[in-house]
Amino acid sequence: MSDTDALDGVLPVPEEIEREGSLAIIRRGLSLSPAITQGIWLTAVLSALGTVGSAVVPIVVQRAIDDGLGGSETGSGAVDVGRIGMYVGVTLVVLLLTGIAASLSKVRIFTASERGLAELRVRAFRHVHDLSMLTQNTQRRGSLVSRVTSDVDQISQFLQFTGLIMIVSVGQMIVATIVMAFLSWQLTIVVLASFVPLVLLLSTFAERMSRAYDRVRATVGELLAVVGEPVVGASVVRSYAIEERTQRRIDDAIDTNYRANVRAQTIVSVTFASATVVAGIANAAVLGVGLWLGLLGDLSLGTVIAFIFLVGLFVGPAQMATQVITDAQNAVASWRRVIELLETPADVVDPGPGGERLADGDLGARFRHVTFRYPDGPVVLDDVDVTIAPRQRVAVVGETGSGKTTFAKLLTRLMDPVEGAVLLGRDDEWTDVSRAPFDDLRRHVVMVPQEGFLFDATLRENLLYGRSDATDAELVAVFDDLALTDWFRALPHGLDARVGQRGEALSAGERQIVALVRSALADPDFLVLDEATSAVDPQTELRATRALERLLDGRTSVTIAHRLSTAENADRVLVFDAGRLVEDGSHRELVALGGTYARLHASWVAQQKLAPGAVGAGSAGGGAVGGSGS
Amino acid sequence: MSDNKPSTPSTDNLAAGSADPRGLTRRGFAVLGIGIGRERFMFALAVVFSLLFGLMTVADAWVLGYATDHVIRPSFDRGDITDGTLWVAIGLFIAVALLRTVGVVGRRLAGGIVFYRLVAADRRRVTRKYLELPLSWHQSHPTGQLLSNANADVEAIWSVFMPLPMALGVLAMLVGAVATMLVADAVLTLVGLVVFPALFAINIVYQRWQGPRMAHAQSLRGDVSAIAHESFDGALVVKSLGREDDETRRFAAAAERLRDANIGVGRIRAVFDPVLEALPNLGILAVLLLGALRVESGAAEPGDVVQIAFLFTVVAMPVRAIGWVLGELPRSVVGWDRVRTVLDDDAHMPYGTRALAGEGPVALRVDDLGFSHEPLADGGVPVLSDLSFDVAPGSVTAVVGATGSGKSTLTSLVTRLVDPVTGTVSLDGVDVRDLSHAGLAASVALVPQSTFLFDDSVRSNVTLGAEVDDDAVWDALRVVQAERFVSALPHGLDTELGERGTSLSGGQRQRLALARALVRRPRLLVMDDATSALDPDVEQRILRALADQTADGTGPSVLVVAYRKATIALADTVLHLADGRIVGRGPHDELHARSAAYRDLVDAYDQAREEVDHE
Repeated sequence: MSDTDALDGVLPVPEEIEREGSLAIIRRGLSLSPAITQGIWLTAVLSALGTVGSAVVPIVVQRAIDDGLGGSETGSGAVDVGRIGMYVGVTLVVLLLTGIAASLSKVRIFTASERGLAELRVRAFRHVHDLSMLTQNTQRRGSLVSRVTSDVDQISQFLQFTGLIMIVSVGQMIVATIVMAFLSWQLTIVVLASFVPLVLLLSTFAERMSRAYDRVRATVGELLAVVGEPVVGASVVRSYAIEERTQRRIDDAIDTNYRANVRAQTIVSVTFASATVVAGIANAAVLGVGLWLGLLGDLSLGTVIAFIFLVGLFVGPAQMATQVITDAQNAVASWRRVIELLETPADVVDPGPGGERLADGDLGARFRHVTFRYPDGPVVLDDVDVTIAPRQRVAVVGETGSGKTTFAKLLTRLMDPVEGAVLLGRDDEWTDVSRAPFDDLRRHVVMVPQEGFLFDATLRENLLYGRSDATDAELVAVFDDLALTDWFRALPHGLDARVGQRGEALSAGERQIVALVRSALADPDFLVLDEATSAVDPQTELRATRALERLLDGRTSVTIAHRLSTAENADRVLVFDAGRLVEDGSHRELVALGGTYARLHASWVAQQKLAPGAVGAGSAGGGAVGGSGS
Repeated sequence: MSDNKPSTPSTDNLAAGSADPRGLTRRGFAVLGIGIGRERFMFALAVVFSLLFGLMTVADAWVLGYATDHVIRPSFDRGDITDGTLWVAIGLFIAVALLRTVGVVGRRLAGGIVFYRLVAADRRRVTRKYLELPLSWHQSHPTGQLLSNANADVEAIWSVFMPLPMALGVLAMLVGAVATMLVADAVLTLVGLVVFPALFAINIVYQRWQGPRMAHAQSLRGDVSAIAHESFDGALVVKSLGREDDETRRFAAAAERLRDANIGVGRIRAVFDPVLEALPNLGILAVLLLGALRVESGAAEPGDVVQIAFLFTVVAMPVRAIGWVLGELPRSVVGWDRVRTVLDDDAHMPYGTRALAGEGPVALRVDDLGFSHEPLADGGVPVLSDLSFDVAPGSVTAVVGATGSGKSTLTSLVTRLVDPVTGTVSLDGVDVRDLSHAGLAASVALVPQSTFLFDDSVRSNVTLGAEVDDDAVWDALRVVQAERFVSALPHGLDTELGERGTSLSGGQRQRLALARALVRRPRLLVMDDATSALDPDVEQRILRALADQTADGTGPSVLVVAYRKATIALADTVLHLADGRIVGRGPHDELHARSAAYRDLVDAYDQAREEVDHE
């Protein structure tokens, strides 16, 4: 629910979509899912045939009454049973045929709409993965999910249920109107006129209804939030003894939600029932006017009665009309959101097979006067110009917001620079990353994110994200390479162990370990790491650190360092401040320089010293420069 | 994502139910009875309105028959409008329509109120129960399941009450229809006696076929949503490993399964809908044919035939309501069982009546403490055993140990969120089990590992309703280094945090949770790795401020679970836990010098670095 609430303003919406009317949105939506409209004419014909059935019956009633059942023309008593039998026989055949047509049209509507919407869903899903926004703005992921789930469901609900009802109803009303017009144009006007006030009121009803439902949705959102408090916040509620206060909040939310529901229910009930009154008025009018016309000699008894049967065909559609309008509005809004998503241009485009492939072997990186800023935002990275040699181990240091994460994202082409270029290669062979085909780029450069995100699957499946064709033996070999054999052996189900949602069956440190193995399997030449900040169990951390050392061995690496000990171990430290690269050198050089890095380092050392007796604490780390190299 | 998790058991239950539909239906009627009992008056009102609706529907057809025989035919025969009968007929049409409308509005409204009241009342029951049940119970039940018990399950039980009044009205309508038919013509009634039960039966078969298919489609919808959530959450991994196409294939497979299930649902509908629509029409045709014979033989009037034929058109749609009710019953029972499981749980943890005397930091004494989730006799694994230690008033004790050593459990026992299996926890010599709930909360504050913020203002999140003035709130925020970011929020203390405080960073959330504990001036503060998301220097500043308070006697006694060496070093005493036992205790320096295991633990990171240096 909250997903939908947060939708507005998520995407930079092209203005023309925002302004477009409902019909235009539906047209665009249909053109995006051609499967929906495939064979639509046959479906429409079948559907039209299907509606004929219900209109045929009143005609038979009219004929039967006029031709035998006490009609005025033949006089009462003279019933022509044979003729009525023939009518009934013919109608049976018509009902059978129209029933088959209606059935076929429904199957076709379901099949076509489901096919079209499944394609739309998949296409939208793929498109989301092509948007750099996905990795930039984590808070808006929920609303992106809703576009491939609930929004598409809403469209499907509309097409198959209310939309179908609408088509059938409209068809039924058209057929009924035609039949009525043949029988008596005067009575037709009487019937249609009776429904005019209702039609005029429809939009008002629909508006009130959608407002009432908006309110209901809002209260449901609040309700879900507070009902979660005693569950998700159980230990807080208990340890602060705020049970009563929590219950009060819940009771209030329940009451508010109850009132909103009853209000909506009132509007719906009145709207729904209004059609019943109108039908009664229409029947009375048909009786009065029909009788008067009949006496003038224009109308038969059967016709008057047939009309009363025909009025019934208008009641259902009139009852459903407001519901249909509300659903249609929701469906159009959903369709609009999906279209917005699909029409947001993929900003980081794969050059595809036509691009330049990266040279195999050692890989370095070069930033040529790179500047980055978000649309309408401040400059995040300002004219960065730096070259990283192959096999160099680089640590990037800086405070939150200094631009160090942006630096890493540009390097892995999760985003493109606004000015300048990012290149990969060595010596004189450099390739602009934006020219490298994705499959080639991802094979050479891999980023290891801060949190070891795992998928709700087995350990094996998670590792295969690194390289999908790896055999079990190869997977085990990577554990060996990273000195993780003991950890792996201790898993009760080995590669078949399930890691749980987001890998929650494992500890944070173990998730990091799996993420490292996954990256090692991809065997990239260039690794970009975002160091984890959260404290993990020291023994697991020791294991992960060893594994990481082995992983980095022999590769070029850039690490976003949150611990200065990592910087001490690097060949080279890049210090960022307010989007600029302010210092560049080895740990020792930068400490000697006495600038930003030296200050950061001094405060870190002071903090480590707070731990008395700490062996090999930060201050002793000076000798660590150089790391393992090769 | 958690919301679709419970859908699996529910479909399982439904599937199990369809193996024994009769038992499920019988139990469903029992649930109906309970609901009716709870909302007797409103439900009776809904039924009265529904009966009005049902009878007026039959009356509609009767008026048509009456008009045919007494108004239209005589007038046509004679060539002029007879007497006032036309006006009677017109009046009857309108009056019946108005009464029927009243019936419809009343039925829907009263029925809706019954449903919403039943749901609201059960939601209150379930959430009250959640607030009563001990934390140990909460810990053994998945969050997603509990949320779904209070929301979806409660609605599932009672949603049958939406169509129920209508279904009862329809039953009355059917009785009325058959009665008026009998009055009109006994032979023609036979048609009704065939058509109505057929409509009824087909509806039930339809619900039986469709129910499991729809439940299946619903669970597939959950799969699609879960994959989308997961794939977008893990976008960084997907992208950096170039797995977009594989992810799309994975999603497409789920989307296609959902598509096929939905098409299956549509196929069933495409077969049943036309049959259900055709049935009343077939009835009308049968009535016309039979009616012609009856009228010919003089046994029936034409008006009778018209009336009975018209009955089929007005009764056909409402009859489906009975099918809806029967279709909802299994869902209702499943919801009922799941909610009952919560409400019938008798786990409880009674509080005492005492309060702690005096003020200032308290002495914590832990004596021979032991804990296991399952009784040891049943093969339970001890989480903590033979734990004894003291925290002197105004001192700081750090608890150190590897994952799974029992640190978090210890914090729950000390704050009496959970009771031990053996041993005691006492504050100033009073067993915590003798303390009243309020007395305990007034003396002891726990800052748990994962921060929970309420969908409320910053102020309310800190005070949690306690009578504390803004100065005290700002004081607490100052100690936890949160003054700056809170005053930078758009409305300061009045800023609404939104659901779970997602607008704040992890570190900011932890600082508010700390302020929440401090503002109450607890006499014992227990922190379970409560500063893990903070920058080390911020953590240091907070802990220094705390330690200063404690040292000059104004602060609480402190028990802190920690990883970072600098944090540990602030403590007067360190308890080293391994496998649920204390394996070392003393000041950090001393332990560090004495115990290799302790050294391994707290130096792990530095050690890793040294090894690398030597390679």
